[in-house]
Amino acid sequence: MSQVTTATPEIEIPSIPLRELAPWALFFGLIGAFILFFISADQGAVSIPAGTAIHEWVHDGRHLLGFPCH
Amino acid sequence: MTPRNFLVRGLLAGLIAGILTFAVAYIAGEPSVDAAIKVESAGEAPHAHGQSAPATHDGDHHEENGTEVSRQNQSTWGLATATISTGIAFGGIVALAAAFALGRIGRLRPSQSTALVAALGFVSVALVPFIKYPATPPAVGNADTIGSRTTQYFVMLAISVLAMVAAVMLFRKLVDRFGTYTAVLTSAGAYLAAVILAGALMPTVNEIGDFPGDTLWYFRRGSLLTLATLWGVIGIALTGLIGKLYAQESATQARRDLAASL
Repeated sequence: MSQVTTATPEIEIPSIPLRELAPWALFFGLIGAFILFFISADQGAVSIPAGTAIHEWVHDGRHLLGFPCH
Repeated sequence: MTPRNFLVRGLLAGLIAGILTFAVAYIAGEPSVDAAIKVESAGEAPHAHGQSAPATHDGDHHEENGTEVSRQNQSTWGLATATISTGIAFGGIVALAAAFALGRIGRLRPSQSTALVAALGFVSVALVPFIKYPATPPAVGNADTIGSRTTQYFVMLAISVLAMVAAVMLFRKLVDRFGTYTAVLTSAGAYLAAVILAGALMPTVNEIGDFPGDTLWYFRRGSLLTLATLWGVIGIALTGLIGKLYAQESATQARRDLAASL
């Protein structure tokens, strides 16, 4: 079905075809980038929306996860 | 072995990692964040952040623009929001990268290629950018340079990740002709050369001033432990889950093959 098996002599290692992986990777890659933007950089260098509420709320996490905070 | 199977396990591993990362960050990181804010409030740092009126903080941290989150909330619910969201996001991304790596890196079994992806993710996303632009506590860092510092940090991150992707591709090209040892040595060397060159060319940031050195070190040690926990737990949990999934699917397949042969 969703599996392609590489032709190795003894151990069969499955792999996932790109066309099956691509939509998942694109969609969740975008969602991941979106979430990480709000945690890591929003209301520091750029502000969407304006204000400091998000920056304030994730402030300690931003410092401790190593992102430039302020 | 489907993208969905990987992603669900990655999100679960990320959730576990986010919760444990909160515990480590709270225990190992928060004391030095509090100490740094005390320095900031006392006005000893040359680059007290923002344009806030000095010495009016009274424990709360940058409240000047109207929004106010208490230190109590920042160090608990706020920190948990950040670590758990980051954990789930990185968990999902690592899982999909591991799904792509499955069967494409040498002859590694699924759990092995997953562990490798998580380890390379830690090095390229967390460790190398940290070495060039280490985490800074509150009170360190000029508010006027937050734009350039943010850009520099993410440029370094992007260079590191792209160099790692290129190194893995180089490994794949070399491994069949030259063997694993030479291929690993060459591709790891190429990655190191690329990030060392980038690190040497990227501008240095030094806005520490006379911030106390011991507090700075405790903060950075706590920050590195936080990052190591995040990536380590994602890697360990996802490796275990993928190994279990592969064992189950192999057993099912073996039963099918046996049934078909009868």
